[in-house]
Amino acid sequence: MLAGALASLHRRDGGRILATLIRKLGSFDLAEEALQDAYAKALQHWPVDGMPANPPAWISVVAWRCGLDRLKHERRAHPDGAALLASLPGPEDATDEAATNGIGDERLRLIFTCCHPALAPAAQVTLALRSLCGLSTREIARALLEPEATTAQRLVRAKAKIAAAAIPYRVPPADLLAERLAAVLAVIYCVFNEGYVASAGEQLLRPDLCAEALRLGRLLTALMPDEAEAQGLLALMLLHESRREARLDAEGQLVPLEEQVRAQWNPELIAEGTGTLALALTRKSPGPYQIQAAIAALHAAAPCAAATDWLQIAALYGALLRHVPTPIVELNAAVALAMSGSLDAGLAWIARIEAGGTLDTYHLLHAARADLNRRAGQLAAARASYERALEHTDNAAERRYLQRRLEETRTAGAARPAR
Amino acid sequence: MQYLLLIYGDEQQWAAMSDAEVRETMAAYVRFSQALAASGALRGGSELAPVSTATTVRVRNGRTLATDGPFAETKEQLGGYYLIEVPDLDAAIAWAAQIPSAVHGSIEIRPQTQNQALSQV
Repeated sequence: MLAGALASLHRRDGGRILATLIRKLGSFDLAEEALQDAYAKALQHWPVDGMPANPPAWISVVAWRCGLDRLKHERRAHPDGAALLASLPGPEDATDEAATNGIGDERLRLIFTCCHPALAPAAQVTLALRSLCGLSTREIARALLEPEATTAQRLVRAKAKIAAAAIPYRVPPADLLAERLAAVLAVIYCVFNEGYVASAGEQLLRPDLCAEALRLGRLLTALMPDEAEAQGLLALMLLHESRREARLDAEGQLVPLEEQVRAQWNPELIAEGTGTLALALTRKSPGPYQIQAAIAALHAAAPCAAATDWLQIAALYGALLRHVPTPIVELNAAVALAMSGSLDAGLAWIARIEAGGTLDTYHLLHAARADLNRRAGQLAAARASYERALEHTDNAAERRYLQRRLEETRTAGAARPAR
Repeated sequence: MQYLLLIYGDEQQWAAMSDAEVRETMAAYVRFSQALAASGALRGGSELAPVSTATTVRVRNGRTLATDGPFAETKEQLGGYYLIEVPDLDAAIAWAAQIPSAVHGSIEIRPQTQNQALSQV
């Protein structure tokens, strides 16, 4: 019970507390250990003394003290500990947040450190998920579809490099901001996506991760009001988030965009997303996030699925493909082409993408083709594609959706064997 | 924090430069070294003679083995280095980007460890 309360406290406040500890203690490892110490002390004291009035504040203060204790202990063991201890700010500086660029968010500082170009992209995402979002190594491994030992080793190496190479813990100065931004945007979007479609497990959505990504996106646009792509990313996330309620039905089943109850879409988020995108577009500096936000805005603007402006969406995917020439974007472009009225051309394009080989085990390729086959009345082909899609996803909610579609094509096929 | 900036480049490209280009590059290096010294970050540095002058030494079973050439054959060779002392990696990257050879070759930044065993006299 108490352990559960601590776990949810960690989910909610762990990233913020950890970010502060990392800055004050000057070490990722020490900060994590200090936070663990504080949780252990909570398990020991709270049942006896009762819950403190403000549990996150209690954890922050106790973790800071535990970190100092560990440093004092290290000072006896290593001379380095003494130097680090001497360089630490006092507790009275604990709330001094005006150190960089007038933006005093610890997590923003942390994300620029995590996304430093001297770290490999996979290490950037892993560190961000670990330290900004408070995910455990096991959860990250599951999210990135890799063995836990691989994730753990990457974390150890990245933290060691930050310490050994003195990667600074700060929001970079103005002249470096722009070139550092792309990596930061990519990591924030990755965090959002992890919350929007968890890659494995029972839970399809992790709203806490989406909320965290949105918060970071808002901070970033406040920090860099002239960066169109930062606004583009925020707009994109807001427009996705606006559909969250409608994406799962009462049984927790995934509802495809076409079948969502549009009245459940959040009008405030749509208005904020569309407004943010409009502001970004005035900067006349288009980029992939703005284009994807524009696509999401067209979906949001359609009063019903049939009224979707697929021609314009197909054109936007064409533009996106020029910025991001990847098979996944190509797959989306092919689906949009099919939906805009050129069904056969779209299916032929998907066949070419599959023949390319990089997406042949990607469940969404098979699911997309299955849906197009179904629309075209090609039920046998649709069944085969739904079955292949099922072979390649472990997400329980996505599996249920695919299973339902498969059943529908079977029933329809039985009712109309002539087609 | 001290960093070693290792300057890698294609020696053949270097050898193929005209006299005017060599003079220009050398002048750029002088300007860079002066700026580095003026900032107080310079701790040492030198151009290195070509890889053809390199000797690699190994001790195996108590025997010293000296062989001609560098440890590994690579497309880019180590041609020089700077040792600098700056607050953090961003500062080191900023200096490395100003090394004249950075536009042709590459600069590897290696932080020194806190372990001073190698420099104890």
